[in-house]
Amino acid sequence: MKPLTGGNMRFGYYPGCSQISSAKEYDLSLKKVIGNLGVSLDELDDWSCCGATSGHVTNHKLANGLAMRNIMLADHQGLDNIVAPCAACYNRLILSQYETFNHPEIKSEIEELLSTKFEKDIGIFNVLELFMKIGLGKIVENRKRELSNLNVACYYGCLLVRPADITKFDDAEEPTSMERIVEATGAKTVDWNHKVECCGAAHSIARRDIVVDLSKKIIDDAIAHGANVMVVACPMCHTNLDMRQRTMKKVYPGHKEFPVLYLTELVGLSLGMNEKELGIDLHYIDFKYDDNIIKNTVA
Amino acid sequence: MSLCYQCGKCSAGCPIRFYMDIAPNKVVRLIQLGLYDEALKSSTPWLCAGCLTCSARCPNNFDLAKFMDAVREIALEKGVEVKEKDILSFHEAFLDQIKMHGRSYEVGLVAEYKMKTLNLLQDVDSAPGMFFKGKLGIMPHNIEDKKSVRDIFKKTSKK
Repeated sequence: MKPLTGGNMRFGYYPGCSQISSAKEYDLSLKKVIGNLGVSLDELDDWSCCGATSGHVTNHKLANGLAMRNIMLADHQGLDNIVAPCAACYNRLILSQYETFNHPEIKSEIEELLSTKFEKDIGIFNVLELFMKIGLGKIVENRKRELSNLNVACYYGCLLVRPADITKFDDAEEPTSMERIVEATGAKTVDWNHKVECCGAAHSIARRDIVVDLSKKIIDDAIAHGANVMVVACPMCHTNLDMRQRTMKKVYPGHKEFPVLYLTELVGLSLGMNEKELGIDLHYIDFKYDDNIIKNTVA
Repeated sequence: MSLCYQCGKCSAGCPIRFYMDIAPNKVVRLIQLGLYDEALKSSTPWLCAGCLTCSARCPNNFDLAKFMDAVREIALEKGVEVKEKDILSFHEAFLDQIKMHGRSYEVGLVAEYKMKTLNLLQDVDSAPGMFFKGKLGIMPHNIEDKKSVRDIFKKTSKK
């Protein structure tokens, strides 16, 4: 993917519901970091929920309608592209737009539902693509700290890279773009097995037992491969891997707390920002970056 | 559906297989054989997390994750009793918040979910922490044009 160069780089921004509640630190750190790299985000006016998991698992037409309302707004507001930092929102928006433009019967159904015409394909980017478009050189140029004592397990989860023929930016089984971004901060990355294994996603409340089991396996695999921190790019993954460690400690006695950061927070640390500015203090598992020592204490 | 030749690769890689009553490829097989009732009452479609691992790995490009969406939707339309009631309650409570506010409202979601399932004590350990860290807003985030979202619900409702 070629980085865009010159001028003021601007992207449309679809925050998604988590960014204004359980993942407010992801929103905060994204805006701080992107601003620092000279890029601005224009928030989509009056955006609504993408329909999330609950939409597509119960009503296909409702799911497409909810997602496409936002694509319609982006078009009306003159945006050519939108950044969706939540992997689930990203996936819903990109899949619904793909279905709309590739199945004429779905297109006319959704056009009738929303009383509009869809003509323009809006570019939908996740945060990994955003960094790739900005160019990794920018991170290196602006780096204030080299995070060389961090061994990072890059966790993609399920929805960032699948289905690869529609998301079209990395490999569905062995993606590497996050590693390249993390390495631009000076941190090291580890080779591990669970980078695209599911954390249990939306079952976090109704079947917490499943989420705790799956998330535990992911964390254990990261530790077994030498990681001392995990980096994610999805609010749902973060909730399951960070907050659910509370339950994990009860279900798996002896579980050692393991810090999980948003990718934007890691990049922010390398740009010289502190934990509070980036919202890292809002995590359940504490993480303090010291130039030489990583301190990890109970939340 | 005829694309599936029952190699079982989907079930081998499914992270949730061990919690399901029937392996995902067997749900496809039941439907291929016309045994709809057995497929529709299975817990498998409801436990499917939609992670798309199966769809990514299928050697014959069968989109099983999307197929599971369809199985769930048909089960709901036919009024089949859902084995994973809490999961369905969660989805209903989630969508009710969107219908009311246009965006997710976690406090309302949790309240409605608890009313539906009577799991009153679940998650009481994490909620105070989330309030303390300012993550759970007491007030919902309402969008301006709530009517447009309600209309989407109204026009796509099957009830």
